[in-house]
Amino acid sequence: MTNLEKYNEIFTNRFNPNGVDLDQLTNQSVQLWDSVGHMGLIAELEECFNIRLDTFDIIDFSSYCKGKEILLQYGIVL
Amino acid sequence: MNDISEILNLPPYSLDKSTKRELLDPVFSGLCHHHYAQCEPYRKMMDALGFNTYLQVPYGEIPFLPVRLFKIFDLFSVPREEIVKTLTSSGTTGQAVSKIFLDKTTSANQTRILSRIVGSFIGPRRLPMIIIDSAKKVMDRNHYSARSAGIMGFSMFGTEHCFALNDQMEPDLDGLLPFIEKHKGKPVFVFGFTFLIYQHFIKELIRRNIHLELQEAILFHGGGWKKLARESVSNSAFRKMLQDTCSIDQIHDYYGMAEQTGSLFMECEEGYFHAPVYADMIVRRAHDFSMADFGEKGIVQVLSILPGSYPGHSLLTEDEGVIIGEDDCKCGRLGKYFGITGRLQNAEIRGCSDTYVNGLG
Repeated sequence: MTNLEKYNEIFTNRFNPNGVDLDQLTNQSVQLWDSVGHMGLIAELEECFNIRLDTFDIIDFSSYCKGKEILLQYGIVL
Repeated sequence: MNDISEILNLPPYSLDKSTKRELLDPVFSGLCHHHYAQCEPYRKMMDALGFNTYLQVPYGEIPFLPVRLFKIFDLFSVPREEIVKTLTSSGTTGQAVSKIFLDKTTSANQTRILSRIVGSFIGPRRLPMIIIDSAKKVMDRNHYSARSAGIMGFSMFGTEHCFALNDQMEPDLDGLLPFIEKHKGKPVFVFGFTFLIYQHFIKELIRRNIHLELQEAILFHGGGWKKLARESVSNSAFRKMLQDTCSIDQIHDYYGMAEQTGSLFMECEEGYFHAPVYADMIVRRAHDFSMADFGEKGIVQVLSILPGSYPGHSLLTEDEGVIIGEDDCKCGRLGKYFGITGRLQNAEIRGCSDTYVNGLG
């Protein structure tokens, strides 16, 4: 699986956007992406890509697209 | 409204009192005017008080709302569709629920400031984290409380979150002991609510005669002393029990409330709460609400520059406190430092909140 496929799978499984375009997915835009969902998402991404995000990046991780930019800073190319 | 982003970037305890006043006076006056223009009940209250929000005054002179008001009215200063989160808190009265309406900006600013304040104590790195609560209670979306919100807010500063209590609210040693072993000799972040730590953790460890090796841990706790005072447990007794059962020396209480999430008042190494640059506290005399002197007990007023989506920038709490000093705490942090000495009697506070409620017409 490519990094992008892994990334997409985590978002799809977690937030189940029912075919909603992943590019449109933002924090609080779906019920499951609340603060509980957010910490779960971060933990899963960290484990999957073997990285540790800084607190500021966890806060800035406000959307599917923004998340890609943040992971890039940790050397994860999607 | 003034742009507060520059102030939000300042280190939390970096301004002396004259610089702070100069910087915050226009911000608080701007907030008064913003809420006056956007929140009708707030406008009615200011009109009833005869307070002109077009004028800039020192922030010690801006009106304060009783925190209780957020239990009675839905107060917000943004269009309803911009509200992304509603925090609710039962407070300590246990009946009515406070409702705090957050838009994206206010919510993001709260998180940012919380992380500045916490980061200044635990460092920039996230640490392995023990949460002294039950995962089941915290993660239940159907019962999302201020307790859950507090824990989720603090969990950003941790990794590998380990919940120290099981579903029955008893110490979960099967989870805890391997976690402690794995991180032996390294800093660990521990968080919980004061009474839960005492009731469900410390007391049980003592009863079972268990000692945990958490020498390098930094523990934050908050949520108030009312219940512990009822059991006659003082702050120093609480600290001593944590040292005896878990070898934890770095223990920080915090004073804060759902109505001003983010801008917490952290307890320093000297045992005093500290006002960060984004917030302040004032002690008021009960009989005429004038400002009390340092060392004089009175009603605690809290101010925060964060509330943009609801008029919670200046609040009169139901707590009694005393300012010890300003800019000269032995710990080295600038700003006011203070203690909380108790809760007000119901009758006293009801008098002042009624005054404001009448102002709503």
